[in-house]
Amino acid sequence: MKFAIQINEGPYQHQAADSAYLFTKAALEKGHEIFRVFFYHDGVGNSTRLTTPPQDDRHIVNRWAALAEQYNLDLVVCVAAAQRRGMVDDGEAERNRKDATNIHPKFRISGLGQLIEAAVQSDRLMVFGD
Amino acid sequence: MSVTKKFMYLNRRPPYGTIYAWESLEVVLIGAAFEQDVSLAFLDDGVYQIIKGQDTSGIDMKNFSPTYSALGDYEVTKLYVERESLEERGLTVDDLMPLTWEDEAEDWAEKDSIQLISRAELAKLMDEQDVLFSF
Amino acid sequence: MSILHTVNKSPFEKSSLQSCIAHASEGSALLLYEDGVYAATKGTSVSDLVAGVAGVKLYVLGPDLKARGMQEERLIDGVTVVDYTGFVDLAAEYDKVVAWV
Repeated sequence: MKFAIQINEGPYQHQAADSAYLFTKAALEKGHEIFRVFFYHDGVGNSTRLTTPPQDDRHIVNRWAALAEQYNLDLVVCVAAAQRRGMVDDGEAERNRKDATNIHPKFRISGLGQLIEAAVQSDRLMVFGD
Repeated sequence: MSVTKKFMYLNRRPPYGTIYAWESLEVVLIGAAFEQDVSLAFLDDGVYQIIKGQDTSGIDMKNFSPTYSALGDYEVTKLYVERESLEERGLTVDDLMPLTWEDEAEDWAEKDSIQLISRAELAKLMDEQDVLFSF
Repeated sequence: MSILHTVNKSPFEKSSLQSCIAHASEGSALLLYEDGVYAATKGTSVSDLVAGVAGVKLYVLGPDLKARGMQEERLIDGVTVVDYTGFVDLAAEYDKVVAWV
């Protein structure tokens, strides 16, 4: 079965980002397909490569990146939500003349249409939020 | 994408206190281009999103309530408002913005987008959807 | 055309659970997770509401329950404990999922 995952909250503040990860991992291990993981609202914060949690805590960003590496996941960060919250990749930095980037290379920035497309193409849409 | 699905956007949050209402409206506007069978449900505090007379001049935020009036132009014409949610909040349909759309099939006759429905009717509509969005 | 409802809020802070139950049709299921798990315990002000839901199967996410020190003997009778794999199975089993975030 094909799942689309929508994440509405950032890392650490809300458990939503953890629940989404553990659900996604369990689905993949069960042999399901994850069509796309879409980060929206403060959820875009899950994609910053600059995250530095204490050593005894989970690294939420790297955890997604590792899962993406293992299963070739499509991790999409909403561009409009990202721009509002200062989440920038190379392309966005150039377009908006920013002097830095912070998005992890395993994530990509794209439009809201990617969420709609995921909902159309998948058998289930799972929303994790607060 | 040839599949047409029944999409329902659940609006359960008030505006301004958090960004959820505004950013979910952005999804609705983008989603309109995908030509799915779209409806919006306003329940719980979501009914506050479409209250008339919103004025954000004192809080330095964009008043996005006029955007709901534009939904008809995007062919988003089914806005279900839950009667019980209004009543619980001391509101009636007269407190809501008049939201309309023009029906091309009937010589652009203006029609109400808002349909007042009961909680039981909304529960039934939810059962009939393919995808339900929450923000 | 049945729904898997998910509630992740404490019923003592937000009304998501109450709203969810008011919209849950017979044949649907309700999974309580994150702070929603407190609603699955006995002897609370919402226990009767939860236990009295007719025709809706009740599930609770075990890892969230355990993390919060809530033992399974505290659960309302008839609530089934699932893990994340069980959560995935439920999402696949029901036709669609409504997140009462």
